[in-house]
Amino acid sequence: MSIHNEVCGLRGNWKSIVLWCCVSLLGAVSLAIVALRRGETVNAVWLVVAAVCFYAVAYRFYARFMARRVLEIDDTRMTPAELHNDGKDFVPTHKGVLFGHHFAAIAGAGPLVGPVLAAQMGYLPGALWIIVGVILAGAVQDFIVLFASTRRDGKSLGDMIKDEMGRVTGLIAMIGILGIMIILLAVLALIVVKALVGSPWGMFTIACTIPIALLMGAYMRYIRPGRVTEASVVGFILLIAALIYGQSVAESTTLAPLFTFQGETIAYLLIGYGFVASVMPVWLLLAPRDYLSTFLKIGTITALAIGIVVVMPDLLMPYASKFVNGTGPVFSGNVFPFLFITIACGSVSGFHALIASGTTPKMIERESHMTMIGYGAMLTESFVAIMALIAACIITPGIYFAINSPAAIIGADAMQAASTISSWGYSVTAEQLTTLAHDIGESTVLSRTGGAPTLAVGMANILSNVAGGKALMSFWYHFAILFEALFILTTVDAGTRVGRFMVQELMGTVNKRLGNTESFAGNLVATGICVFAWGYFLVQGVIDPLGGINSLWALFGIANQMLAGIALLFGTTILFKMGKKAYVWVTLLPTSWLLVVTMTAGYQKLFHAEPSIGFLAQARQYQTALDDGRIIGTAKNLGQMGQIVRNNYLNAVICGIFMLVVVTVFIAAVRMWYGIASGRPYTLHEAAYAARDSKSKEGVKSRV
Amino acid sequence: MFKQIAGLLKYRRQFLDLLVGVPHYETYVQHRRTHHPDEPILTRKQFFSEAQEARYSAKGGKISRCC
Repeated sequence: MSIHNEVCGLRGNWKSIVLWCCVSLLGAVSLAIVALRRGETVNAVWLVVAAVCFYAVAYRFYARFMARRVLEIDDTRMTPAELHNDGKDFVPTHKGVLFGHHFAAIAGAGPLVGPVLAAQMGYLPGALWIIVGVILAGAVQDFIVLFASTRRDGKSLGDMIKDEMGRVTGLIAMIGILGIMIILLAVLALIVVKALVGSPWGMFTIACTIPIALLMGAYMRYIRPGRVTEASVVGFILLIAALIYGQSVAESTTLAPLFTFQGETIAYLLIGYGFVASVMPVWLLLAPRDYLSTFLKIGTITALAIGIVVVMPDLLMPYASKFVNGTGPVFSGNVFPFLFITIACGSVSGFHALIASGTTPKMIERESHMTMIGYGAMLTESFVAIMALIAACIITPGIYFAINSPAAIIGADAMQAASTISSWGYSVTAEQLTTLAHDIGESTVLSRTGGAPTLAVGMANILSNVAGGKALMSFWYHFAILFEALFILTTVDAGTRVGRFMVQELMGTVNKRLGNTESFAGNLVATGICVFAWGYFLVQGVIDPLGGINSLWALFGIANQMLAGIALLFGTTILFKMGKKAYVWVTLLPTSWLLVVTMTAGYQKLFHAEPSIGFLAQARQYQTALDDGRIIGTAKNLGQMGQIVRNNYLNAVICGIFMLVVVTVFIAAVRMWYGIASGRPYTLHEAAYAARDSKSKEGVKSRV
Repeated sequence: MFKQIAGLLKYRRQFLDLLVGVPHYETYVQHRRTHHPDEPILTRKQFFSEAQEARYSAKGGKISRCC
């Protein structure tokens, strides 16, 4: 197998050497401009160029090194797609097509939200973590899990952990996965709530997606079966019509009140919706909306990328804001560890390990394609995070803080908010805030936390510069809100189904009958449990004194990074088992970093003395006030005070469970590594090697 | 150049279908015809319904989308 013996470097081709020297140099220069230029604003394009150059070099050298030396990708080996080809699930698929499939599956709301929140510390810390994190951790994780699953006939992460690391570890990991799922759904739903509060225009368009999806569902089922693209085009046109009409709704005195809701009402609507949607037949609502949201997502991301390059906006946020010290209003806590859990997706996302061991490995045509699909797709996702960061940082910092600070800190009135924020050193006037609200067609921009409105303002800035100018600003804003809310709701629906299944499987390990996924009553109960769980956290987030994102996003970040830690522990274990002792640092390095980050963040979330950071400290603060009969923060009555105390204790318990899960998997993994190192026998549960027949020799020649 | 573009266009439908996670029907038909010529082939509607059901039913803990 000649490809494995080739030196990883350049093949003495001088053109290639010159090209990659130029790319590296350009990347270094761009990053230097982004990082070192002081006193004048930096153009966002430098950040784009720096990121792209770093990705290119990492892909060309590090990913190739992993493929050849660490994983020993072998194109003579048949992939599951070829071995089990059934024309449906297992299909050898062109790598470009599969790249699209995989990227669409991993790209979600996460990489759009995290960087926006992290922008409170300035653009540099976030940008560095996104770029370095994806190269050394995120893409490595996706790649190695995709590789492991492809070598195991497309098994899921949970099954692989059971096989390679033992049943108990597998079960613990599964509880962890369920936990992250619940928190994920709650925090995503919270983002939608925050974006739709008091916004009749947004609420109306989101409501319209339901009948539009039903129509598309019926079309694809009965009128033109299976014609996804056609139905999606029709759906898209209707959606734009709804979006345009939404403005009239918002301006109408009779219709607007019908679509104007308080946060708590929207939360309960979402919970009810989540339950109903996830017991309905998939073809009717979920599937059509999934198609619509996926096309919309890919289209919008592309439009944003083009927009940034065409408009070339300046980054108005400083490279590092005064809030690197951990006193920021958006989320509390220091750069270390909280920046690294706030930006999870985009740098490293444990959730991808579930996707990379899902449908993708069953469609890999050649092992060598995994580099592009595993490592490459994650680099692209990371680029999406960079764009989200840019969208947040081209907004005037004062306005950014007005949108993202909870009302408890800046107040509910433009004058007061403007003077509070200006006193932090980010000058903004009340007039600027009201003008912006007017431009985007909303009643206010104050405390629209959760990231979605910020991203929408940033996107509206960019896109209205490309097309429409100020007149279309409100259209683009609501377009962006629609696009985020649409796919978040699809995730809520799909995620509730997954959560339901996990609940049933966990119940099944206790009692076989409880785990029967065919029973309708059983499904209802399990769905109910799942919806109740995320619904509880959602409502808690809505009434949270610091806006909910502060506690829930941190929990989500910890959970997601924890899952990444588990996936990488698994990756390290198979590297040990494959006899790759010399290369385990490839996974061990990101594993250790993630463990340090999650454990520190978890510990601080539990025990930090600052009430805005530590759950227990906040519980104590509210308990003390409650004991004195005082009402503090945004609580309206003593009942809510008690609620906040209980919520904090619950969050502390969840956080503790997450930490326990990581520690258990870590101990199991280390014991196993020690055993392997000291020569105890072990088995690698890879599927048997099957050679591709000699006819298709071209596979051998294809480059990794 | 034109050949390359034509080659890409050939994959257009499959690309759009798989982007949203729907297996490509034509590939399936071709597979059945070559490898199982004597067995019945699902209609587009049957194939599509089964594929939708399989994608979202979450059986086997299948997760088709991300955060």
